Amino acid sequence: MTDALIYDHVRSPRGRGKPDGSLHTITPINLLSQVLTAVREQNDFNVADIDDVVTGCVTAVGEQGGNIGRFAAIMAGYTDDVPGLHVNRFCASGLVAANYAAARIMAGQADMMIGCGVESMSRVQMGFDGGAWLFDPQVTNKIGTVLQGISADMIATKYGFSREDCDEYSVLSQKRAKAAWDAGYFKGSILPIKDSIGRVMLDHDEHMRPDTTTADLAALKSSFNDMGELGFDSVIMQKYPEIENVNHVHHAGNSSGIVDGASAVLLGTKEAGKKYSLKARARIVSFADIGTDPSIMLTGPGKAAKKALERAGLTKNDIDVWEVNEAFASVVLRFCQEMELGTDQVNVNGGAIAMGHPLGATGNMLLGTALDELERTNKKYALITLCVAGGMATATIIERI
Amino acid sequence: MTNKAIKFDLDKNGIALLTIDVDGQSMNVINKEFMSELDSHIDTIIANDRIKGAVITSGRDNAFLAGADLNMVLGDLANKDNATPEEIFESSFSLNKLFRKLETCGKPIAVAINGLTLGGGLELSLACHYRIAADNDKIKLGLPEVQIGLIPGAGGTQRLPRLMGIQLALPYLLQGKNMTSKQALSNNVVHEIAPADEIVEKAKKWILDGGKAEQPWDQKRFKIPGGQGVYDPNIVQTFMGAPAMTQKETKNNYPATVAILSAVFEGHQLPMDQAIDVESRYFTQQLMGDIAPNMIRTLFVNKNKADKLIRRPKDQPEAKTKKLGMLGAGLMGAGIAYVSARAGIEVVPLDREMEYAEKGKDYSKGLVEKDLSRKKITQEKADQLLSLIKPTTDYADLEGCDLIIEAVLENPKVKADVTKKAEAVIPDGCIYGSNTSTLPITMLAKSYSHEDKFIGIHFFSPVDKMPLVEIILGKNTGDEALAKALDYVRQIRKTPIVVNDSRGFYTSRCFMTYPLEASNMLAEGISPALIENSGVYAGMAVGPFAVNDEVGIDLSHHIGEATKAALGDKYQKEASHEVIETLFNLGRKGKKNRKGFYEYPEDGKKFLWPGLADHYPVSAEQPSQEEVTKRLLYRQALEVVRCMDENVVTAAEDADIGAIFGWGFAPWTGGPISMIDTIGISKFVNECDELCDKYGPAFNVPDSLRKMQRNGTSFYPL
Repeated sequence: MTDALIYDHVRSPRGRGKPDGSLHTITPINLLSQVLTAVREQNDFNVADIDDVVTGCVTAVGEQGGNIGRFAAIMAGYTDDVPGLHVNRFCASGLVAANYAAARIMAGQADMMIGCGVESMSRVQMGFDGGAWLFDPQVTNKIGTVLQGISADMIATKYGFSREDCDEYSVLSQKRAKAAWDAGYFKGSILPIKDSIGRVMLDHDEHMRPDTTTADLAALKSSFNDMGELGFDSVIMQKYPEIENVNHVHHAGNSSGIVDGASAVLLGTKEAGKKYSLKARARIVSFADIGTDPSIMLTGPGKAAKKALERAGLTKNDIDVWEVNEAFASVVLRFCQEMELGTDQVNVNGGAIAMGHPLGATGNMLLGTALDELERTNKKYALITLCVAGGMATATIIERI
Repeated sequence: MTNKAIKFDLDKNGIALLTIDVDGQSMNVINKEFMSELDSHIDTIIANDRIKGAVITSGRDNAFLAGADLNMVLGDLANKDNATPEEIFESSFSLNKLFRKLETCGKPIAVAINGLTLGGGLELSLACHYRIAADNDKIKLGLPEVQIGLIPGAGGTQRLPRLMGIQLALPYLLQGKNMTSKQALSNNVVHEIAPADEIVEKAKKWILDGGKAEQPWDQKRFKIPGGQGVYDPNIVQTFMGAPAMTQKETKNNYPATVAILSAVFEGHQLPMDQAIDVESRYFTQQLMGDIAPNMIRTLFVNKNKADKLIRRPKDQPEAKTKKLGMLGAGLMGAGIAYVSARAGIEVVPLDREMEYAEKGKDYSKGLVEKDLSRKKITQEKADQLLSLIKPTTDYADLEGCDLIIEAVLENPKVKADVTKKAEAVIPDGCIYGSNTSTLPITMLAKSYSHEDKFIGIHFFSPVDKMPLVEIILGKNTGDEALAKALDYVRQIRKTPIVVNDSRGFYTSRCFMTYPLEASNMLAEGISPALIENSGVYAGMAVGPFAVNDEVGIDLSHHIGEATKAALGDKYQKEASHEVIETLFNLGRKGKKNRKGFYEYPEDGKKFLWPGLADHYPVSAEQPSQEEVTKRLLYRQALEVVRCMDENVVTAAEDADIGAIFGWGFAPWTGGPISMIDTIGISKFVNECDELCDKYGPAFNVPDSLRKMQRNGTSFYPL
């Protein structure tokens, strides 16, 4: 099998996903095309050699609809010869885009690929693409659809994480993100985003609140009590009859932030790299997608990680860097519990609770974050995983070279 | 042509008047004659050029049209195993098609609603172009199909939301709640309300004034009020929230609710002709399942028969109660006094002290004031109700009573004493009922000189809410007493079942197996939350621990001790007895002292007492929810079968009605006997044998069931 090598990675900073966010005036296609332009400019290759631009985007309606990657590539100067493909595996879309691009290379059906992702959550509202799993009574009844926050609260309840556990972890995420930014760990990968006349709109992750204390978080009201009471608690409890009550622990401060962002990786064969004298940074070792109960929804990362490890013939002790998307604090805590890892071993440079989670781009960003950390620490293996709506999860293992 | 269901008259202005008057039915219902006559009337309306339009009304004063004839539906279902889904669909769809034919006949059709309008009756009305209802708060309009496991199947899920808006219509569809004429007007369900004697004329006038023969949904620019389609933000919220809210109530035991939601969700993305087709598919699905037929049989057909006193001795003259002597004005006595006075019966609550007797009336005052504040009753009616209750401590005031109900302490001596004192003043041979829930009627009857006039009249708490009354025949109870008791139950508008004397009679005896099996499981180390939730999620009205707390752990303990003493060697000890004993000894009496299986904090929701785990540590290995549910339901069902074997309850119908309305057995099953039939006798026996091997003789299969298994028979003919 052909190795799929990562030649480069670029990501945007994350803007607050609200009308006052610094990237709100930038269209999603423009946001993605700036990232794709940087990939093209940083690496001297013939753009027509790109076999496909695989793009993760979750809420693919309105200006994010219609296969955004194909046209973002054209806008980024990739010529008419480069096709694009849109993928949606909800929160893991950006990682799945990279995995799919890698798979094409590994299968011998492509030489150079781009895997990328974009989500402008301030402009295209999450959930606006509808979906049978959310609204069609036949489907919601079959799977026990609840709001993700209710699922996250059920994870905390079922696996024994208190409000304090979740808040403490979230403060840790904020401190780690701040320390990593201050130390310049992200410098090599972050692309400042500019407006059409060249002014820098944003050059850092603006969602962070590094001064947050556990006392600040303790003052926040949990977010899902009312919706739980309305009926969603009952729906999920009917799947977990041993639970007497759902403990609502999550709020805006211990959940991932809503932000705008885009990210891309350049992948290719060894030969393609040689052709353009590109230096390979890492090799895609293995990846896996899994499904679990769609009602509790967010417990998949452990299963996905184990599957990816097994495919790679590695054990968890081989992994040096762990990135687990911080969709909600309980997701990370449950992952650590299941994998028997300390919270000191995962997300060492912070995560989505501090920096935000631009749905379609996050998986791709985490891939880059893990690669940066491997290089900084001269380590070998990293595992990136995300929980995914509808009870799925994706994991990827990379090896620095 | 002679009309058996709908009269047809044509007036000089060319307006046809269709008057619904269905032969052989106490209330107008939709049957085969109705459908075929409506069909031919529509043909006439279309074909006859002299006819400008038509008005539909009812020739009855009790109902405009009360829906489909469920006996007909149930009869059709008897053959459903031989019918293909296509055949069942065609038959179900025929009414839908007929109403669609009416609204697209090209001539204006108005309806003059002059009485109860339910189910197919409302659906017929919604298919008319103009709707006018009599201004009378007694008229109820609604689509109650969901209450018997069905969905509105003649356009109700399509036309009601198109008139009201999806969000506002859903509660009427999902809960089957009714609306008055005034509410129907504000809901946009009728166009106009008017005095009853003017509605037909006004309906005709609407036609003569040029009323349009086209429904709004057949017009090009039609928009559903309140929003349409899944991209409408309002509707998105509704379809996210409504299924969850529904599942919270139904625990997923009532597939008709999901079918209703789907018929609305899918139907409102389609034009009417296809929308009603989709609705009929979901209707057909419900008919093909087990739940709707079981619910129709028990909750409608057999309950109606019980309400009409099917067990009443036919040769006994009607014996309405005029003056009730209520011995004991405690919680039960006070409740019985209230429901009796509400039915216009004079009541004399008698207790040892005037203070206690007055409390019996105060209870009614409390309920009446609540109704007054909610405008459910007029001041005049309230005063009248309360004036009928005349508390006393003096037995002499019982003079002239034609029925006595005793509800004093559950102590044979106290009861005997009260009986003697009452007998001294009441008319000779007055029917005497006891509300005992535990003591044998035959024994209590011995204190009364006329054992044949002594009968058990067992109410459930709270009396004003619980719909069932269990009538218990002692060994020597005669027909006169039975007739009197049943006539009384009908007067107070409750549902009777008739059972024979036995320890705990029928309902208490079977009910107790539910919390006891839960305690058995607790003692085995099964998680109390899993046990409790399995009961609730199976559709039982209350979880087994919560209900045990309601009953009182002290009472459970007392009953256990009494049973032990009475049964002697036959007594079978179960782990549950030790659980009850432990809690009792810890002073945990239940809800009454805020300490039972649950803790009841003053300022919050009850929660399972964490201390249970100290006494009954939760095992690492837990059974499946399915297994726990089986134990809870099968244990009750087996006791019901034993009661039938022992002739305590004599008919499957009574057994099922008593279980659902008496102790809150899961209504979706149609009752424990219906449940066994649906599972299949053979499978049920085999599963009980397995449970017996694992969990002991409480799951012993009665010989009668084995015999049925061998012979391949079932309890119900269906």
